[in-house]
Amino acid sequence: MFDYETLKIIWWVLVGVLLIGLALTDGFDMGAMALMPFVGKTDNERRITINTIAPHWDGNQVWLITAGGAFFAAWPMVYAAAFSGMYWALLLVLFGLFFRPVGFDYRSKIENRTWRNAWDWALFVGGALPALLFGVAFGNLFLGLPFRLDETLRMHYEGSFFGLLHPFALLGGVVSLSMLCAHGGTWLMLRTEGELYERCRNAARLCTLVFLGSFVLAGLWLIVGIDGLSLVGNFDPDAVLNPLVKEVVQDNSGWLANYARYPITILAPLAGIAGGVLALRSTQSGKSLQAFLGTSLAIVGAICTAGFALFPFVFPSSIDLTSSMTMWDAVSSEKSLGVMTIAAIIWLPIIFAYTYWCYSRMWGTLTNKTIEDNSHGLY
Amino acid sequence: MISEAVVDLSRLQFAMTALYHFLFVPLTLGMTFILAIMESVYVMTGKQVYKDMVKFWGKLFGINFALGVTTGLTMEFQFGTNWAYYSHYVGDIFGAPLAIEGLMAFMLESTFIGLFFFGWDRLTKLQHLTVTWLVALGSNLSALWILVANGWMQHPVGAEFNFETMRMELVDFGALIFNPVAQVKFVHTVASGYVTGAIFVLAISSYYLLKKRDLGFARRSFAIAAGFGMASVLAVILLGDESGYEVGEVQRVKLAAIESEWETHPAPASFTLFGFPNEEEQRTDFAIKIPFALGLIATRSIDEKVMGLKDLIAENEGRIRQGMIAYGLLEKIRAGDKSVQTIAEFNKVKVDLGYGLLLKKYTPAVVDATEEQIKQAAKDTIPHVASLFWTFRIMVVCGLLMLGLFACAFYFTLKNTYESKPWLLKWALYSLPLPWIATQTGWFVAEHGRQPWTVGEVLPTYLSASSLSTADVWGSLIALIGFYTVLLVIEMYLMIRFSRLGPSSLHTGRYHFERDAAATH
Repeated sequence: MFDYETLKIIWWVLVGVLLIGLALTDGFDMGAMALMPFVGKTDNERRITINTIAPHWDGNQVWLITAGGAFFAAWPMVYAAAFSGMYWALLLVLFGLFFRPVGFDYRSKIENRTWRNAWDWALFVGGALPALLFGVAFGNLFLGLPFRLDETLRMHYEGSFFGLLHPFALLGGVVSLSMLCAHGGTWLMLRTEGELYERCRNAARLCTLVFLGSFVLAGLWLIVGIDGLSLVGNFDPDAVLNPLVKEVVQDNSGWLANYARYPITILAPLAGIAGGVLALRSTQSGKSLQAFLGTSLAIVGAICTAGFALFPFVFPSSIDLTSSMTMWDAVSSEKSLGVMTIAAIIWLPIIFAYTYWCYSRMWGTLTNKTIEDNSHGLY
Repeated sequence: MISEAVVDLSRLQFAMTALYHFLFVPLTLGMTFILAIMESVYVMTGKQVYKDMVKFWGKLFGINFALGVTTGLTMEFQFGTNWAYYSHYVGDIFGAPLAIEGLMAFMLESTFIGLFFFGWDRLTKLQHLTVTWLVALGSNLSALWILVANGWMQHPVGAEFNFETMRMELVDFGALIFNPVAQVKFVHTVASGYVTGAIFVLAISSYYLLKKRDLGFARRSFAIAAGFGMASVLAVILLGDESGYEVGEVQRVKLAAIESEWETHPAPASFTLFGFPNEEEQRTDFAIKIPFALGLIATRSIDEKVMGLKDLIAENEGRIRQGMIAYGLLEKIRAGDKSVQTIAEFNKVKVDLGYGLLLKKYTPAVVDATEEQIKQAAKDTIPHVASLFWTFRIMVVCGLLMLGLFACAFYFTLKNTYESKPWLLKWALYSLPLPWIATQTGWFVAEHGRQPWTVGEVLPTYLSASSLSTADVWGSLIALIGFYTVLLVIEMYLMIRFSRLGPSSLHTGRYHFERDAAATH
């Protein structure tokens, strides 16, 4: 159906689509829970924020599971290197994620203030920690990670967890945390009213401001201080899949080469900024839907900005440039990609359709009265 | 050099997290169907009590489901974090069913589960019923795909080694899906989940019947569980026998170890009912045998012999020697000799490359392995026999006990006299742990029986782990044990609390505790 080179590009795009799907859906879950202890002053208000996502969080989380599965299946070598290399960072993400499924279901099962308070902070960690760490991981991709591949393609990682906490990577963490919190804030604006709504609006504004500042700052930092990689020599994207046969040099100042080569890609950072500005203006005027679309646009723009800059690299090495993995050579076989492409073509539209149906059924503003009327049925 | 301690700790961590995850999975598989059946009855009859049943059992299901989701995340992460070389070596095949599982099954189950819990007032009766069935379908489909992946580890079909990329690659997707081991495992596993769900409902309903409260609610629950459980337990046992046949076909070592069958006896082989496996002396002490039975289970005939462990070890020694040749040729190719002749020679022996890799545990230079190392590697091609022998028998005994229970429960349900039989209700109540013991020991047999391989005859466990430090894995193991212990305590607390409370926890005013409260006021 498609040739191998096209399949490789399709899967680079599809991993991106799944990441964006994750950030757009599970992103507002994480953001909303990171904001929940601050915007919700009473138990009812906190229950309102939780119940805006109650029917959807599990479906949203599957974007994470599916993105992970697709990542594993499409780029097994990258999956292996990233998860085992950044061992403790990934475990922290995992431990953070532990709090959510149980937190949602167990919190309201018992009417006890200490119990509920403890779960509120557990849900806060479950939202904020992964949101922060995803950004730190992305930041590290721009810096490269300290690993090399031996001749049997076994990976050896020479860094530590604390090595991941480079200031630029931490700035990446601020970008993603503020971005997802802003998105969570605009989501809550859509579904709440009254004082709670006002607090969500203020939180969304503040987070959007932080996002815009840190996003622009990260861009400037890249231009001034970070050298990216590029492929040199006669690299043949369709040739043998051995990461060790290519030639890589560090001459790509600020990871900007792709933007110069394909000027249309500049739309991505512009979308990131435009989305932020739109969200900022709409939160001011109280247009919830526009604000939500604004933070959504910002997310799409920010993720595309990173993806376009790194292309074709997906997991660069800082100590052995040749070991850097690209979407051309760290990828699954043609057969495997072909099978999964068919599966994605069949299932993605179906998923979009029924997800839309579920959201439309459960749509509406949640109020104190909603919670009081259904105190034992809701989370 | 790979550290053996890291491999062992990683195995311990994976075994622990997988078994823990499987405390919650079978109940999810079974309960989704039981809920769908109860709700179907509600839609057909319109009786409120069936709706209350769906809501109450759904509450208990939700408490269980939350931990199933939580602990499932660990499983996906661990392939990358702790088994990096495995992920690289077989990700091309193993990853595909996982990705498709996400797209096709998890999405379906997880998107609709929210509507199952919160959609009662927003959907029509028929829409909600459809949602419930879709959740059941989704959870069972995800079991299908994960068992396709697991079945491939047991019996790797449809894949081939590629020396350029140093990994296994997919060549036949159909073979992967229709892998007979995967199919048989799927039906055996989901059916064991149905039994788990059925015992769960049966046992707790029996508790209410013994306490003489919420009788109408408990009776209807008991009857549905008895009927559903009867069908399921028959399916588990028949399909378990079927998987005995499949194991006999493709995993002769596992079968021989389960039976502690050291020698190859002339056909038809007898089945060792009881005995004490003796690994040192390679024999089974005090064995009680049933003539013909093993031959019948494993080969469906009385004239084919079943290989014993000693002969299998001898056979594997030959394959290890062949594997050394394959490894030598691979090194030659990797060094640049890609002549047609070398590649042809390699292709002839590459089926035994995995056996060559087994030697990596004993010597870094596979091609120079000593006689002693080869003998040791061959001896280690069988798993620990006694543990398999016993866990398998525990699983079977639990299965038979449950068969007896459901036979009685079903019979007296038909006669409608179960309520006046306290012995039956108590038996049902105390049988609550049985399905968990059976499923845990069952997975132990399936996965420990695969050793020393992660992917049968392809990739040794020893090579599969990540290059981590022992401190890393100790740290994660301790953290996981801590988290999992706390979570289990909380889950059990809620489960017991709500089981005791019963349908009164719905706050409808129609059930035991609320009626008492209303009467005294």
